[in-house]
Amino acid sequence: MAGFIARRLASAVLLLFATSVVVFAIFEVIPSYNPARAIAGREATAVTVAQITQKFGFDKPFYVQYFNTMKLIFTGQIIDYQDNLNVVSQFVHRFPVTLSLVVPAAVIWMLVAIVLGSISALRAGGWLDRGLTVAAVTGVSIPVFLLSATLLYLFAFRLPWFPNTGYVQFGSNPAQWAYHLVLPWLAIAVLFIGFYSRVLRSNALDIVNQDFVRTARAKGLTGRQVFIRHVLRNSLMPIVTLFGLDFATLLGGAALVTEAVFNLPGIGQYEANAIGQLDVPPIMVGAMFTAFFVVLFSALSDVVYALLDPRIRISS
Amino acid sequence: MTEQLLEIEDLEVSFATEDGVLRAVGGVSFTVSRGETVAIVGESGSGKSVTVMTLMGLTRSPNARFAGTARLHGEDLVSAPEDKLEAIRGKEIAMIFQDPISALSPVHRVGAQIAEQILAHEKIPRAAALERAIELMGRVGIPNARARARSYPHEFSGGMRQRVMIAMALSLSPSVLIADEPTTALDVTIQAQILDEIRQLSAEADNGVIFVTHDLGVVADIADRVLVMYAGRLVEQGSVDDIFYDPQHPYTWGLLGSVPRVDRDPPRRLPAIPGAPPSLLRPPPGCPFQPRCPHAFDRCRELPPLAPRLPDAGHLDRCWLTPDDKRALRETDGRIGLTEGAAS
Amino acid sequence: MGAVGITMPAASSALAPEGRQPAAVGPWRLALRRLRRNYVALFFLAVLVVIVLLCLLAPVYSAHVAGTGPNTNNITGTVSVNGTQQDIVSLSGVPIGPTWGSHYLLGADTNGRDLAVRLLYGGRTSLLIGAVATVIIMILGTLVGLLAGYFRGVVDFILRPLMELIWSFPVVILGVALGTALALGGIGPIKGNSLYIPAVIIGVVYIPYVGKPIRGEVLRLREQDFIDAARVQGMGSWRIMFSELLPNVSSTVIVFLPLILANSILLEAYLSFLGAGVQAPKASWGTLISDGLSFIQSTPTYSLIPGAMLVLTVLSVNVVGDGVRDALDPRAQVRVRG
Repeated sequence: MAGFIARRLASAVLLLFATSVVVFAIFEVIPSYNPARAIAGREATAVTVAQITQKFGFDKPFYVQYFNTMKLIFTGQIIDYQDNLNVVSQFVHRFPVTLSLVVPAAVIWMLVAIVLGSISALRAGGWLDRGLTVAAVTGVSIPVFLLSATLLYLFAFRLPWFPNTGYVQFGSNPAQWAYHLVLPWLAIAVLFIGFYSRVLRSNALDIVNQDFVRTARAKGLTGRQVFIRHVLRNSLMPIVTLFGLDFATLLGGAALVTEAVFNLPGIGQYEANAIGQLDVPPIMVGAMFTAFFVVLFSALSDVVYALLDPRIRISS
Repeated sequence: MTEQLLEIEDLEVSFATEDGVLRAVGGVSFTVSRGETVAIVGESGSGKSVTVMTLMGLTRSPNARFAGTARLHGEDLVSAPEDKLEAIRGKEIAMIFQDPISALSPVHRVGAQIAEQILAHEKIPRAAALERAIELMGRVGIPNARARARSYPHEFSGGMRQRVMIAMALSLSPSVLIADEPTTALDVTIQAQILDEIRQLSAEADNGVIFVTHDLGVVADIADRVLVMYAGRLVEQGSVDDIFYDPQHPYTWGLLGSVPRVDRDPPRRLPAIPGAPPSLLRPPPGCPFQPRCPHAFDRCRELPPLAPRLPDAGHLDRCWLTPDDKRALRETDGRIGLTEGAAS
Repeated sequence: MGAVGITMPAASSALAPEGRQPAAVGPWRLALRRLRRNYVALFFLAVLVVIVLLCLLAPVYSAHVAGTGPNTNNITGTVSVNGTQQDIVSLSGVPIGPTWGSHYLLGADTNGRDLAVRLLYGGRTSLLIGAVATVIIMILGTLVGLLAGYFRGVVDFILRPLMELIWSFPVVILGVALGTALALGGIGPIKGNSLYIPAVIIGVVYIPYVGKPIRGEVLRLREQDFIDAARVQGMGSWRIMFSELLPNVSSTVIVFLPLILANSILLEAYLSFLGAGVQAPKASWGTLISDGLSFIQSTPTYSLIPGAMLVLTVLSVNVVGDGVRDALDPRAQVRVRG
């Protein structure tokens, strides 16, 4: 167990390091990228630009800049170029919004996907299964930005059922908080429901033909008992790993378009703005933030997998 | 008069596939009585597994079609609704499967799996069911049962896993036990132990056993009566002595003839039945064995009925040849076999 | 179905003439046969072909129907709608909606360009980028998987963490950052607004999604006896990889191809939507959706029609992909009439 943790920690550190280097390097590639000018603004004079260059050390070699940036990040002092805000504190403040978006959406999509995938598997080949499969494939074919825009248009403008944008804190008004988040939750959930229900269906159909399911039926268990205790249990195992990665990237701000369209002040929105302005510090912190979650959740999902499948436990 | 537990009449099973209708079992009839072990012999594709799985209702699917009846204690299993079957499975009729490593759930503990069978039919506390499971494991010869009940299937050896399956199947003392090639996946030495176990336990329980196998050695060891299946049909049926000493069907001769004998010089080539089993999609009319039978004649284009042609009403076969012809044709070089002059 | 032991006898069995067997068919022919019976997949394949043809015929449409090109600005012009002349772009800057006539069929954008023409040309761009990216991903991904899985050792030591890094990197950040960065300055001799840049970016981002599974399969396959047999026969490593391993992973490759194509088209739309993909004045479905967002209330068709084309295309690719997968590996394919 200690060895497992140690190995994971080591690969986490390595991944974070590599991520930060890659992001930094990407911006070195652009010949016309001039962060000093971006900070100075449109009207700046050459003198201002030169001053800023010196102040931020943009004229220093790559590795020096990198080292300085990393130092600033880890001491929590890094500021973004656009608005001179402290990046780390921005992330901290905006994280609850992203959490409010991602966690309930994840719960919704997993529950619905399990139910729909199970129904599809149990009635495989029938019209219900075909219908659900069509719906699932369609869900996977709609890009999130289009779905967000369409949902906003249909249910906030054409039919004013939902507020169009903005975020209400949970603490101040839970009902409004949820009301403002329903459409964004839907926008995220649809894609994942489509994907996960198909994965579950596929796994379940594989499992259903295995010998131990036949034994379970031969024991006289009811169809439902067989399905839940044996088929579902085994079908969910690969899904755990997939979910870990998706959830991690979402926490890191992958839902940035949804946040942008619905004007939710989360991490994604911050990252989206930064990317648009080529504002390196938030992008770096964002990438590392995501990498951190990826490592954390992939380790967690490995642990859960081992809990579910005793064969893995023994061999590792 | 021993009690007749299971009565199968004209059982037919077919499956709709992409390439047409596949007739897996055609017109099979037999009975199983209390205290009796019936062996079903045949090669792969003969329909023996489909027959016994159908008794348990495990072949039901949207593509399957059934005809005929299989009465257990008078109640038909073939047409029974699913919930009725769920109550019967595991309790009145239970099954031991061929490959215990894949037949046991890999993620549940062994004791819990046996208890699950008990709990499916009896409303007792979990702890009580587990206690019974441990006791059953001890009875089938698993040492240190209490500790081992907490282990997972992959932590057992093949023979031990099969004992777990036996314990599970017998946990509710079913009237009929079906064993579908339970020793095929095991070493020969373990095979003998498992057969002993099954024989002893069913004697104690005084139930009826259906033993599916392709191994004639096992048949000779354990069976009271033997059913020979070919291409989905029963071609011969009789007591184990009848089948081994007075076989009436050419296919049975071929099976017996292909077994090397200890008391003879080994033949230069192992005699095999020439040809291959027919397609079950478009079965040829008439006797299913006719294309491969060296003794076939024009009457064989018509399917022979399964009937006793000897004074013994318990010995039936599906061959038009007269009993005298059969006795003349089946011996080659002093031993029963199918091809003439193959053993030399 | 473990219950039925079906024998597939060789065609050379001696049998009575009435009992004929179905001829033995290889796995590829079998798959093709199944695919041909899958009417839904065939329908969507037809839809896909129609869409591709329409986009390829963009120049024809532009010249003969719309009378204008995809980049021809026409802010001050007018178009005749139901007899009356209307401004293409109103004085307040709002472009005209669909005329459902041959000129400006779907309306105009803020520069007075014909949206229908841009839709078709944009489709060409989106499909082209998606296709090029797919080719890059499938070829490089398979190659990387083969190399890393077969040679292991040093090669794997480099390739595997590289794949892990790209794979764990948020697609969003990687793709958008690269896209924005390279759109500005280009890379080497390739200009910033070249279509190859989004294609290469998408290619790089998705390589691990093919490389990792292929590597896993190769690791499994190389332990099997037929590889030992090939080595004993004296086959060199490269020959083993390409004539023994590659055919065995080919069904995985074929299953992945439509998936990758669908995702590449989606990623291109995503990047273009955010401005990190196709650059103005070129059009792609993503840029059109993005442009149309500002007018979503007055002229929803501006965004939604390119959106619908995008969804329809990706849907078709996905359905055909499903059909291919089912044809190669049918599972509980039930409900057969009989």
